[in-house]
Amino acid sequence: MNAVAYLPILVQIVLAAVITGGVIAASHLCGQRARPHAIKDSAYECGVQSTGRPHIRFSVKFYVTAMLFILFDIEVVFLIPWTFVYRDFLAHHISIVGPMLFFLGVLVLGLYYEIKKGALEWER
Amino acid sequence: MSNLLSIEPVRILTYLVGICAFVGANAAYLVLAERKIAGRIQRRPGPNEAGYGGWMQPFADVLKLFAKQVMIPPGTDILLYCAAPLMVMAPPLMCLAVVPFGESLVARNLDIGLLFVFAFGSINVMALMLGGWASRNKYSIISAARVVSQNVAYEIPMLLVVITLLMVAGTLDLNELIRQQAGGFWNWNLLRVWVNPLMPVTFIIFFICMLAETNRAPFDMAESESELVAGAFTEYGGMGFGVFFMAEYSNIVLGCCLGTVLFLGGWQSPLPLAALSGPLWGPVWFLLKMYALIFTVMLVRWTFPRTQFYGLLNLSWKILIPLSLFSLLLTGAMMKLPLVLQRLF
Repeated sequence: MNAVAYLPILVQIVLAAVITGGVIAASHLCGQRARPHAIKDSAYECGVQSTGRPHIRFSVKFYVTAMLFILFDIEVVFLIPWTFVYRDFLAHHISIVGPMLFFLGVLVLGLYYEIKKGALEWER
Repeated sequence: MSNLLSIEPVRILTYLVGICAFVGANAAYLVLAERKIAGRIQRRPGPNEAGYGGWMQPFADVLKLFAKQVMIPPGTDILLYCAAPLMVMAPPLMCLAVVPFGESLVARNLDIGLLFVFAFGSINVMALMLGGWASRNKYSIISAARVVSQNVAYEIPMLLVVITLLMVAGTLDLNELIRQQAGGFWNWNLLRVWVNPLMPVTFIIFFICMLAETNRAPFDMAESESELVAGAFTEYGGMGFGVFFMAEYSNIVLGCCLGTVLFLGGWQSPLPLAALSGPLWGPVWFLLKMYALIFTVMLVRWTFPRTQFYGLLNLSWKILIPLSLFSLLLTGAMMKLPLVLQRLF
């Protein structure tokens, strides 16, 4: 398929967003519009008055898991072409298992190190 | 008929009406089904007032949501706050376009269908994150952080399981994937143990990841009612909230469609009889399998208690990812085995 063949998909993306926008716009037109009020406009935090800045700081653990994800996502991205050429490479006796095992091995070693270091222990 | 359908605007219009009706009806009645099942499990009748036996409940809910104010609380990041509902609802609508409900009952038969579904499916996370971030509410922000770390953690085993299948199938075309599973239920990917002895386990991994990706209990850290009110969409009102709710159910439908296509043989009949297969039976089998999966999803929600957050991440990083990696390598080894034997003897 060439690029033009994917054009209807672009149209669909736009239409899917337009439909959703339409539903919310219709709701805005039909719904009630109460006047602004200090209590109504404040953040709903179980009825307790919100104090401090709304944008709180996260635990550093979240960043560690995010970094782990980036590593493994890239790994998966590299694995996808590998799975497609695997059968052909095997049939032509081109070495493909060894290099991939090395690549995976480095990553698994990294995961093992992270777990040993306690990157995934949230209790501490 | 087929001439008419090949005209592009007609095709788009048909798709639009079809998918919107399908998603709308499913989102509305799955909510009702879920509440009925919850009621049955908890020994209470569930919604039974609106209409005969509660059958009009979805309409009552939608009317109520339409009557509420769509408000943008002061102090929010207006652009992101408004973009989040669009971004959460559009991807399932897009992805369902490439799902083959029958051999020819597919809006767009793409040769990269599976990649397309995963590419658009992952936008969901960003939408919930932006919605939570823009809401200037502490609970929403905590929920946003949880959604991101949960979804990214479960995306990896899911992708690993799917590329295990790709390795065997060698195609990204969803219809072609189903055609390869023809000839009875023992040929479905779920039971193809001669390709990879761990196939049933990969299906279970896929199912767990699907539950986590759609933020369903027991993995509903995003919307844990008892802790974070409604999670990332606490501050949304009226249909803004309704859209998030619809998107959750559309994502379940999409996830179960994908499970059906990848593991349960899609529109193939469970027995290779000519009387049970054909263009009319295809959608019947597909929908039967899909709704069976959806029913399991609901049953899981109302039977298991909510997990804790670190347990959730540990399950993915310490069990599911190593297991799915092992399964992938095992499939590779099984494919290499005949060649090794050939060389030896």
